[in-house]
Amino acid sequence: MYSKELLIDIYLVMNQIRGFEEKALQFFQKDKLRGSVHLYIGQEAVAASVIALLNDQDYITSTHRGHGHGIAKSRDLKRAFAELMGKETGFCNGRGGSMHICDLDKGNLGANAIVGGGLPIAVGGALAQKMRGINNITATFFGDGASNQGTFHESLNLASVWKLPVVFICENNGFGISVPVSQSTSVEDISVRAAGYNMPGYTIDGNDVIAVLDTFSKCLERARAGEGPSLIEAKTYRWKGHWTGDPEVYRTREEVESWVAKCPIKRLRQYLLENKLATESELISAEQHAAQDVQDAVDFAEASPEPDPKTVMNNVYADEEAV
Amino acid sequence: MSIKTYANAIRDVLAQELRRNPEIFVMGEDIAKQGGIFGCTRGLLDEFGEDRVRNTPISENTFVGAAVGAASVGMRPVVELMYMDFIYLAMDQILNQAAKIRYMFGGKVKVPLVVRGQQGVGRGNAGQHSQSIEGLLMNIPGIKVACPSTPADAAGLLRTAIRDDNPVVFIEHKALYTTKGEVPDDPEFAIPFGKCSVAREGADVTIVCNLLYYHRVMEAAKELEKQGVSAEVIDPRTLVPLDIDTIVRSVRKTGRLVTVHEAHRTMGFGTEIAAQTVEKAFAYLDAPPERIGAKMCTLPFNLGLENAVVPQVSDIVAAVRRTMYQ
Repeated sequence: MYSKELLIDIYLVMNQIRGFEEKALQFFQKDKLRGSVHLYIGQEAVAASVIALLNDQDYITSTHRGHGHGIAKSRDLKRAFAELMGKETGFCNGRGGSMHICDLDKGNLGANAIVGGGLPIAVGGALAQKMRGINNITATFFGDGASNQGTFHESLNLASVWKLPVVFICENNGFGISVPVSQSTSVEDISVRAAGYNMPGYTIDGNDVIAVLDTFSKCLERARAGEGPSLIEAKTYRWKGHWTGDPEVYRTREEVESWVAKCPIKRLRQYLLENKLATESELISAEQHAAQDVQDAVDFAEASPEPDPKTVMNNVYADEEAV
Repeated sequence: MSIKTYANAIRDVLAQELRRNPEIFVMGEDIAKQGGIFGCTRGLLDEFGEDRVRNTPISENTFVGAAVGAASVGMRPVVELMYMDFIYLAMDQILNQAAKIRYMFGGKVKVPLVVRGQQGVGRGNAGQHSQSIEGLLMNIPGIKVACPSTPADAAGLLRTAIRDDNPVVFIEHKALYTTKGEVPDDPEFAIPFGKCSVAREGADVTIVCNLLYYHRVMEAAKELEKQGVSAEVIDPRTLVPLDIDTIVRSVRKTGRLVTVHEAHRTMGFGTEIAAQTVEKAFAYLDAPPERIGAKMCTLPFNLGLENAVVPQVSDIVAAVRRTMYQ
């Protein structure tokens, strides 16, 4: 029911994200990246599938773990890696870094380093879309941890009351830093919270591209039809620590390996082959394409200039004279 | 010119701007049919409809955040906070989001947002409904802070705030809504940010003040005149950006500085103005600057106690006399 082109493109994006994140980890370990780097490895199916169904006028908001969403929305690995390295050519000219990738031209209203900080902004994006009478929607990505912030509850309520075209996508990856969801969250399935805000809620396997596409399509259709918001909880797992320096004392190697065995990329690969939607050589070609894009991005970022410290005070205000 | 109350001056500018630009909208608690608890949005619902005059749930962080999101994509929301004390509930969206988005995203996004509401004493609202918040906001790069003291300033500064491409916190004072004054009828009347108003010229002392304390200082200045002291009264009108040059020029003339505000004295805007004035006009000062502000105490309910916390006209007069070693 999904075109071969769409699915192979999703496969490409998932491989781009994976390769990008592996490179980011290597660079962090070699002290070539500073700051907090939160890797999306293991969760690629969610960003790649949801964003494959959006256009550039649809908005997203993202999180501290935002490289995957940013890559899928902008399809520009170069400016993303340059931003990780703090370079002038990055999405934010080196002012934002890993946690603040933003690309308004492509509808990315920004990653956000405050857990739950992006949800109200997404509601505002959707409010603008509705007030302008345009048939676009906003998808907001957040984690299980954000579902315990007031902004989650307030945003679902406000979006519901105002019937806004927004889809709330909770990526439940099992942990808020070191604390398992069972110790922080009152419900087993976060999607049940949708009932409190009079909207549909779905819990799905977030490692299954087809499940994400099926569920998000329904929510997208509802939003575009002006029927209001929905909540999706995509259960997934982050293979790496909360951040690149996480000692990971809170989980076992066996647990991590059990999820590595459920790799969303391998799963899509198998699905495409089994359903004869792609040949082995088409998939290898996508993998090579992704690897080349990652290498090009790294080369671009490394060759890019540092920002000029003389420009540090630029853009505090839209009119520069204000101080 | 028309004689208007401070509340009506605000309402009329909102109406004029809503008429001018369809991307402007207002939202907040009880602002639609009720017209806001101080009447600043009265009648707007009838003219502009519920799409552009929106009642919100009592979810300050999220409706301010929604305004930040809408502003980021080019809408021009004007959000009312019923009491400025409630800004603390929305502080993440103001401090971590609105103020930083432009800079953090490399200058590629503008956030043309106005958050307006009233603060201060005057209605016996006690500790959580009477605070003055401007000093805290001055410590956040990326937002502007306007504080109108008169109906004309309210009108002129609000129009500038709405047309500004940055997040502006527009601080009104609850005790001023019924005060009256002349306001230009020109629907383009705007007062630029970063320009002090010299409300009264004088030779002996410079007094910097705003909002309710602009009026109390003007009272004190009359009293001082009877005592033979000529006070120059300066209202900065916007604290960010701050027109320090006008203040410094005045102090070079008078040799004395007194800052007066209702906000707590510690780290109030007077602290910053005194520090900058000392840096820029040390040799001209005949006395240490005096900073007058509320005691470091929660604002009490009882009127006598409240008056004991916030400065009185007699405190202002006494501070001026101290700068004259009297």
